[in-house]
Amino acid sequence: MHNGSGADALVIDGLHVSVDGMPILKGIDLQVPKGEVHALMGPNGSGKSTLANTLMGHPAFEVTGGSVTFKGQDMLELETDERARLGMFMAFQYPSEITGVRVSNFLRMALNAQREDEISAMEFRRLMMEKMRLLRMDPKFAGRYLNEGFSGGEKKRNEILQMAVLQPELAILDETDSGLDIDALRIVADGVNTLRSADMATLVITHYQRLLNYIVPDVVHVLIDGRIARTGGKELALELDESGYEAMTAAQEA
Amino acid sequence: MAVKSADFGLDTYKFGFHDDIKPVYKSPKGLSAEVVREISRQKDEPEWMLEFRLESLRQFESKPMPTWGADLSRIDFDDIYYYIRPQDRQARSWEDVPDDIKNTFDRLGIPEAERKFLAGVGAQYDSEVVYHSIREDLEREGVVFLDMDSGLREHPEIVREYFGTIIPNGDNKFAALNSAVWSGGSFVYVPAGVKVEVPLQAYFRINAENMGQFERTLIVVEPGAYVHYVEGCTAPIYATDSLHSAVVEIIVKEGARCRYTTIQNWSTDVFNLVTKRAVAYRDATMEWIDGNLGSKVTMKYPSVYLMEPGAHGEVLSIAFASQGQHQDAGAKMVHAAPNTSSIITSKSISRAGGRAGYRGHVSVLPGAERSKSNVVCDALLFDDESRSDTYPYMDIEESNTAVQHEATVSKIGEQQLFYLMSRGLTEEQAMAMVVSGFIEPIVRELPMEYAVEMNRLIELQMEGSIG
Ligand SMILES: Nc1ncnc2c1ncn2[C@@H]1O[C@H](COP(=O)(O)OP(=O)(O)O)[C@@H](O)[C@H]1O
Ligand SMILES: [Mg+2]
Repeated sequence: MHNGSGADALVIDGLHVSVDGMPILKGIDLQVPKGEVHALMGPNGSGKSTLANTLMGHPAFEVTGGSVTFKGQDMLELETDERARLGMFMAFQYPSEITGVRVSNFLRMALNAQREDEISAMEFRRLMMEKMRLLRMDPKFAGRYLNEGFSGGEKKRNEILQMAVLQPELAILDETDSGLDIDALRIVADGVNTLRSADMATLVITHYQRLLNYIVPDVVHVLIDGRIARTGGKELALELDESGYEAMTAAQEA
Repeated sequence: MAVKSADFGLDTYKFGFHDDIKPVYKSPKGLSAEVVREISRQKDEPEWMLEFRLESLRQFESKPMPTWGADLSRIDFDDIYYYIRPQDRQARSWEDVPDDIKNTFDRLGIPEAERKFLAGVGAQYDSEVVYHSIREDLEREGVVFLDMDSGLREHPEIVREYFGTIIPNGDNKFAALNSAVWSGGSFVYVPAGVKVEVPLQAYFRINAENMGQFERTLIVVEPGAYVHYVEGCTAPIYATDSLHSAVVEIIVKEGARCRYTTIQNWSTDVFNLVTKRAVAYRDATMEWIDGNLGSKVTMKYPSVYLMEPGAHGEVLSIAFASQGQHQDAGAKMVHAAPNTSSIITSKSISRAGGRAGYRGHVSVLPGAERSKSNVVCDALLFDDESRSDTYPYMDIEESNTAVQHEATVSKIGEQQLFYLMSRGLTEEQAMAMVVSGFIEPIVRELPMEYAVEMNRLIELQMEGSIG
């Protein structure tokens, strides 16, 4: 049924999702092969975060139809942590604050959860410091409590730090650009671009075209009211930037 | 966590274990003047101690059970052994410690290196301390670290001067009970100006069914001295109720500092009713760090009487209650002099229908001007069946004071767990991480190995907690 996407791709087929009995996603078909970066754009409330959270297995989102497979496995059967250990990662739009848990301890535990054998303290430290340098983060950051008192930009950078350390095979970035000034946006985008590889499928969710100047996508999807309204190349993002979502919404309703 | 369970042997410890030790003497069940006399006779005590015990017994019999706090109606005082003695004599060196007891230490997971490093190891094995060693340089400095029975024998004048003066035998019903039948516990004396750099540690265990545990600890810190005493309690699990009722008295003299750390992990059939009190004199500091994870019921409110200007008292308390547990923990601070200060930080966690709370009393007596007290109590709830209570009593009889109280209750959030699980942590690991973070401000005050053990215990508490 799906051609050319490879067995390792993220394959979303006819996905329907409800929250509190209210349908939000109304039949999503989407494939992100490894090695590609896809952008998911759409107006506020169109269901972008709903899709991201559903892919990651958030318990509040009820799948009422369709399927999600990744690396040939049925994702919907798996718990959130099992999906993560298979290589799925989501950079949160609103990361949670966990008081008393230091960034470094958390990262190390998360990394160990995905490894067969525990990483040594020294090796871990080297890895973390390298990734923090990549994202131009102050080393003191490692000792802070996870997201507690972080600025919006720090939270986003911390999400990408986790991605850099965990090296997922599927990365979903949910509005990682929101709350970032232009310098921070560049740093985060550079980080993501450095992590881009033939082994990783990436879904970049964004409201604005701006981020896509820095993380240039292979494919752009536009989500409107729970459905993919358009799919195209990177020029689609530019088109949206000029004409806005409303034109497309009108087109969809017409 | 980086630490494997085998390092601490806590997997077996969680389920409890018995060792085959033949006690030398066991009193008949139940309490009587005869039993009290027999305890004193077995220990070959001076007459004044026997009198103290007998008077305490009268106090115990005349006092009503507390009607507040936890439900104590299931304690049957007639169904308890009040004294048991596993060894005829004290072991003075490690070689003299019997193998089965060493075996118990192994299973408690006290690492070899640590044993040697310890200034002294006091193990409360049944109601007698069977092993005690004091590092030679401590002895040279005049530091005394003995079990209480030996303390009474070897330093009768110091013991007689302070014993029962901080917590009089009529203080409360359980202090009276302890005063009548006490056995074991520690005696610590730190001479003026001596700073004991390594924590003095004692490991406690109950090891006979229906066996009461009534240890008695007295710590005297002379002017300018410092000591950190660490008490860790572990116990095998039994089907029937046990009673643990300890008394701890501490005197911290001018400019001295004492820290007393407890990690209490009694098996969940134990009633743990402990009276802990310290007096702090001019510019002295007393700190209680009190972690309560185990027991069926705990009622414990470490207190500090701030007797002279500049005295400072602190209580850091953790209470963790799971199914069937009630942790009624707290603190008491009495500001009896000007310029005294106190800090109380309480963290309680309740899950699976457990009940944990903070019961505190801050009192500022007339004339204790410019005293400061800061109370923060935070509660973390896992679910709607669990319960958290806060009873912050304040008696402020002096207007020129600054007393602050803050309380928060939060529920472990679905969103937090989702976030952590999205990084590959299991639900149990995620919950343990939230709890470890919640108590981190207190855990970071613990000696390293206890902090690791504490986090390990939290993980064990989470095991099987997912419905
Ligand atoms: N947890 C939730 N509970 C109730 N409604 C929700 C929840 N999450 C999302 N929604 C609703 O679903 C719709 C899509 O939201 P969302 O996926 O966050 O959109 P986007 O990320 O595109 O802005 C919105 O109408 C929003 O109100
Ligand atoms: Mg969103």
